[in-house]
Amino acid sequence: MSIEVIIFFLVAISAIVSAVLMVIQRNPVKSVLFMIVNFFCLAIIYLLLHAQFIAIIQILVYAGAIMVLFLFVIMLLNLGDESLLKEKANFRKMIAYLLSGVILLELIIGIILPPNTFLQTQSPEAVKIGSVEAIGASLFNNYLLPFEAVSILLLAAIVGVVVLAKKKFK
Amino acid sequence: MQDKFIMFLSLFKFYTRDILFLSQKIPNLSSILINIHTNMNTNELFAIAPIISVTTLSIIVLLIESLIKKSERLSFGVTVIGLFVTMYFSITTFELSGTAFNQMVTIGGFASIFSVLFSVAALLTVVFSKDYLQKENANFGEFYILILFSTIGMMLMASAADLILLFIGLELMSICLYVLAGFFRNRQSSNEAALKYFLLGAFATSFLLYGIALVYGATGTTNINYIIQNLSNMNNSLFISVGIGLILIGLAFKVGAVPFHMWVPDVYQGSPTPVSGFMATGAKAAAFSAFVILFINSTSSEIKTVLILLSALSMIAGNIIAIAQTNVKRMLGYSSIAHAGYMLIGLAAANQLGRDGILFYLFAYMLMNIGAFGVISLIEANEEKNLQFDDYKGLGTKKPALAAILAILMFSLAGIPPFAGFFGKYYIFIAAVNSNLTWLAILGVLTSVISVYYYLKLVVAMYFKEGEEILFSKVSPLSYLVLIAIIILITGIGVYPSSILTILNQIP
Repeated sequence: MSIEVIIFFLVAISAIVSAVLMVIQRNPVKSVLFMIVNFFCLAIIYLLLHAQFIAIIQILVYAGAIMVLFLFVIMLLNLGDESLLKEKANFRKMIAYLLSGVILLELIIGIILPPNTFLQTQSPEAVKIGSVEAIGASLFNNYLLPFEAVSILLLAAIVGVVVLAKKKFK
Repeated sequence: MQDKFIMFLSLFKFYTRDILFLSQKIPNLSSILINIHTNMNTNELFAIAPIISVTTLSIIVLLIESLIKKSERLSFGVTVIGLFVTMYFSITTFELSGTAFNQMVTIGGFASIFSVLFSVAALLTVVFSKDYLQKENANFGEFYILILFSTIGMMLMASAADLILLFIGLELMSICLYVLAGFFRNRQSSNEAALKYFLLGAFATSFLLYGIALVYGATGTTNINYIIQNLSNMNNSLFISVGIGLILIGLAFKVGAVPFHMWVPDVYQGSPTPVSGFMATGAKAAAFSAFVILFINSTSSEIKTVLILLSALSMIAGNIIAIAQTNVKRMLGYSSIAHAGYMLIGLAAANQLGRDGILFYLFAYMLMNIGAFGVISLIEANEEKNLQFDDYKGLGTKKPALAAILAILMFSLAGIPPFAGFFGKYYIFIAAVNSNLTWLAILGVLTSVISVYYYLKLVVAMYFKEGEEILFSKVSPLSYLVLIAIIILITGIGVYPSSILTILNQIP
């Protein structure tokens, strides 16, 4: 068993455990902290897949910026009595259980049944395309126009937020 | 003013310092930058001139808004002039063909026609919204900026040759429309419309994105032409069909076809009235452009069945529910569902005439519907008054000019000759008959007969009923001018439909 496989199993197990803990926590702040753990585990899995760029982005954007936002919102909202969040068993909940059961079954079948061969080994190309240089080069060559369009998209979102949040009506 | 300018300069300095720092750190960066210079030539920039023109315009208006006080009039003027320039560029690029930017965008022809359509729609919306915003004491330049940004998104969608660009265009358009729907922050219905549109829209966009991801996973590319050409000899057919199905759902949501129409009436009713007009025409036309790019040449019988179902359901449900409405904006919302159904017939027909019919219909529909929403926005009084059918009683004597214009628009929407709406439907029904969908064409004719009832109900209320005195606000001469131009155009297109059709025939 190579070191990569051992790391993978360690990280995967802690990712699953933290995800489950995040869902079953009563206290929203604790729940968010477990989510951070989960995001870090995912980042390591991305690294194992040789996707350095996505791994860094995962930590910077999700574990960094978005989680801070989550924490702030939860602390500002002051959710108070968590027992109110408890839901009684009802029809909707039954459907939710059913659907998650079906998805679990699907995943198990997908793993047990003989998978396509191309999923089993990682091609050497994957190592190349995951690097920051390769992503930068393709962003500024092939995908130059979509890249610029995304910058407009972000600008539009900023203008939209300012309009919705700051504009003073008479 | 001065301190803002200094701030701007320091920001600029910051960026240049940043780039210099980066170029020292990363040796590859300089080579990448040189690559950009060699890869881009001015021809390609000219080829997407309409998009560049709107983008520049929106940035100029953004700068005007942030640097100059009391800038609403200036922003309005610059926006109108800039949109005329965009229209000019759209027409001059019509002759071009092929793709640009590494097969990211198609240029000329189809994309240019749609660029003309979007810039006209944006222009009309901007003119009507000026009166409307002044009436509501909310004449902010940001409104025009958001309209321009969403126009960029629409143009990107219509000229996309790559699924990534299609998605980015759709997002750009939608995000601006979510904000515009909730522009009146202190109005409950506007908030409701924005939230509903945002949540359901984000849901639909995720469908589209999953579809694109599946198609990419199965084919290994996002290039639309390549995918369409090699669709028959692909192995992972399950992934592809699920992916295409999800893309279809995402787009059907955007055009508001039944059963993905739930958001339409509420959003059109709650949004500021000119924005409703823009959504009903611009956003719908953009989604249809994507539909045409992806599905017009499809030979698959499953896709055809789905399109037929969507179109039949939309025509029936849209027209029948519209009868029961008492709010004029809501009525137009349901009628726009029905119009989406008519255009889907052209798509299901999947032939040359079907495509031209859709384009013709989109042009006619854009003029009629923005005009109708425009008249409604002029009649509407503060705090969403004057929007019920009862308020339109006796309008023929109180506001004869507006009533006459609205009546013509209603006739055209109902598809009564000699107005443009009639020929739009005519070409689409012919296309359906040509590809053995006669029953669908008959269904279309029958449902348009139903639609005559609720369109004429408004005309009857205006001319043959007595109503109470209601308050009107001042209508600017510019709005009248634009309305008259719309009437001339829809009558002109209706009398000489071949003028448009010969242009559409030139598109390869």
